[in-house]
Amino acid sequence: MSAACFHCGLPVEARGRWRAQVAGAERDFCCAGCEAVATAIAAGGLERYYETRTAPAAAPDASFAPATAYDDPQALAQFAAPAGEGLVEATLILERVRCAACLWLLEQALRRAPGVRRADVNYATHRAHVVWDPSATRPSAIIAAVRRIGYDAAPWDPQRQTVVERAERRGALWRLFVAGFGAMQAMMYAFPAYVDAGGGTLAPEAESLMRWAGLVLTLPVLLFACGPFFSGAWREMRRLRPGMDTPIAIGIAAGFAASAWATVTGEGAVYFDSIAMLVFLLLAARYLELAVRQRAARTLDRLARWVPSFALRLADRADPGSAERVPAHALVPGDRVLVRAGERVPADGRVEAGTSSADESLLTGEPVPVAKAPGSRLAAGTLNLEQPLVMRVERAGAQTRAAAIARLAERAAAAKPRLLAQADRIAHAMTWIVLATASAAGLASGDPWTAIAVLVATCPCALGLAAPLALATAAGRLSEQGVVLTRASALETLARATDVVLDKTGTLTRGRFSLREVRTLGAASADECLALARALEAGASHPLARAFDGPGPRAAVAALENVPGRGMAALCAGRRVRIGTAQFCAELAGSPAPSELVLDPAFTAVWLADERGWLAVFALEDAPRPDAQAAVQALRGAGLALHLVSGDRPAAVAAFAARLGISACAGGTTPQGKAAYVERLQNEGRVVVMIGDGLNDEPVLARAHAAIAMGSGTEAAQARADFVLLAERGEARIGAAVECFAVARRAMRIVRQNFAWASAYNLAALPLAALGQIGPWEAALGMAASSLIVVLNAARAAAAPNEGKAWKAFTSSFLCPSRSYS
Amino acid sequence: MESLYLLIPLSVALVLLSGWVFWRALASGQFDDLDRPGTDVLSDED
Repeated sequence: MSAACFHCGLPVEARGRWRAQVAGAERDFCCAGCEAVATAIAAGGLERYYETRTAPAAAPDASFAPATAYDDPQALAQFAAPAGEGLVEATLILERVRCAACLWLLEQALRRAPGVRRADVNYATHRAHVVWDPSATRPSAIIAAVRRIGYDAAPWDPQRQTVVERAERRGALWRLFVAGFGAMQAMMYAFPAYVDAGGGTLAPEAESLMRWAGLVLTLPVLLFACGPFFSGAWREMRRLRPGMDTPIAIGIAAGFAASAWATVTGEGAVYFDSIAMLVFLLLAARYLELAVRQRAARTLDRLARWVPSFALRLADRADPGSAERVPAHALVPGDRVLVRAGERVPADGRVEAGTSSADESLLTGEPVPVAKAPGSRLAAGTLNLEQPLVMRVERAGAQTRAAAIARLAERAAAAKPRLLAQADRIAHAMTWIVLATASAAGLASGDPWTAIAVLVATCPCALGLAAPLALATAAGRLSEQGVVLTRASALETLARATDVVLDKTGTLTRGRFSLREVRTLGAASADECLALARALEAGASHPLARAFDGPGPRAAVAALENVPGRGMAALCAGRRVRIGTAQFCAELAGSPAPSELVLDPAFTAVWLADERGWLAVFALEDAPRPDAQAAVQALRGAGLALHLVSGDRPAAVAAFAARLGISACAGGTTPQGKAAYVERLQNEGRVVVMIGDGLNDEPVLARAHAAIAMGSGTEAAQARADFVLLAERGEARIGAAVECFAVARRAMRIVRQNFAWASAYNLAALPLAALGQIGPWEAALGMAASSLIVVLNAARAAAAPNEGKAWKAFTSSFLCPSRSYS
Repeated sequence: MESLYLLIPLSVALVLLSGWVFWRALASGQFDDLDRPGTDVLSDED
């Protein structure tokens, strides 16, 4: 049992290697990064962070690219704005935040950074507003101060309409307050009349005074707080498609007009309190919906990082000296652009010259750098790691891939699920019935109050709120779990699913290699070869090289050289050594790779050779994701039949399926074969959900009833998917798929409950109100209560399964629409 | 009963006043970040 790192909580493998005096005691750390961060925090006198934090910190990432791109005056002009007195202000998105103490720490660090005049961190949105003196500091220095304590920051894209979002939220809150306060006060003026109820103890003048006071206080509720209902009703009337707003607006307006008339003439009843309370409860439901929607939208914040909007365009493709600096939006398809090592790619395109690797984790969540050679695709916003590349632009600006993912999620909101369309139709039909019944009842009884009671009591408001709110809450819950819902209707399908078809590579495995076997080919022992391999690969950033990370002896090597796309070369004890592809090593060994060697084809071979001949071959395997086993068990526990279908060798697939306990498997399948497999299941009447990631999964994702794609997958796969599992802390979680099923089932159960309740209420209230058995204030109470029950029930969709903290989920989503620590 | 003629207009005025106070608080951004005040009390500084 090893100790946990004081900073990040990971196990300490080399005890005593990294130690420092922090927060009053000698502490152990798991790595040099954590030690450096903790020492920096202690040196700044910010150790209080360790006392108040509620979650361990994220392990620092040493692979940050230099942020100097942000210092360019042209770049600065795009994300920063003048703040007067020669100062500059900008908004930064803070990343790797785990708990509120992180935010405190970040704020302190930002305020202490030299040249920074003001720094305010918003704890709800994880954004920092920073004002600095451009003559004293640069953006890269401010970002470096954040990185020194183990976090990351990037300028916020000012084109994202945060101002609109804030105004919308403030406006809704203000309306809610006006309606709530108006309702409370109007109730106080109405109370004496209720108590007196014909007793004659209330002087007529006093009653008239209270009525006037109620009128004065209901006026702002009607004129201001009801704005959304009236404008909605006006829109509906113009299209002759009365929805939920029409009966509400008519009911409120008619109720107010009748009460005002009664106040002026002194005859009849007033219902200012009922009207104001109805408006307050309806606005509360709408505010909740707004909060849930805004929270779901923030999941995609990380894509709103501002991408350096300038590029080095080559006037002459052969001459790097001809590069000129142009704004990225001025790029057009066909332009050639030089992307230097450590810079972000300015547009989508293909490599024309040079080999390197790119960090696409911003886009895909996959931490493994992707090798790039001439012909490879480059996506805007990704990071070029090793060598300069010349790329040919294919798409720029709004057409780029990062923009495409954001559009995918927006599509979810645009496409109305069948369930919602159905609810809308029912609501429309109900509205006509309500309007007809109200007029008929009003005419028949000769009492306008009967008509108003029908309008208010039976407005299909609860019916209209039943489904969208539950689905929005479910989407919000999923977004907290790192799942983007691209088609809300898929929740319905997921709740009905019987079978799950899983892909292997990149879905159940992490697409990251680990060492399985060492075979020696020369005189050197396996341990000697491994020590040499570790030393050689330590300088490489290739995905395969990560398999050699970790503790263990390393040979002493000199003159380490990275040959992109082929391997690593170095000098060891005066001899030249190489590790990498068979051909690369054969050039040094002087003989072709031993062909008699039979390696399991499921493994990937990495060769090692020196001047005198072959030394060893390493068999690497793509390891399963850490939560794959648990996810498979949970899915089976939910009563789903699992199938593993992969393009890999059948024996390898069968072995992997057995390891995870999946009984049905098919190996060696083509993309068409996968689709046929799903089709066969569907013909048996099964509801099939596909979980996949790769380009070759695209047909099968399209074929399945519902599809879940790994955020690490290709764009094509994501475009076909209904759910995209984003990476959390650098690791895409297959376990989030389990959450999708649980949330979907829960949401659908709640929708059914809501429908049942709202329909039952409306059916019961309509005849009673039409017969004049329900007074307007009872109608308002019943109507608001039915809506509130639906809203509260929908909020349960946000609670974690088995958590049973519906109230907490409700209050937190209500008060704090943006909370999501990720 | 005569006191009502003073008290009720007074209460109307009070409601309008509190509405104005709430509006000021809203416009000043007090409700934009509801997570922070809960943690700020733990801080000795500022």
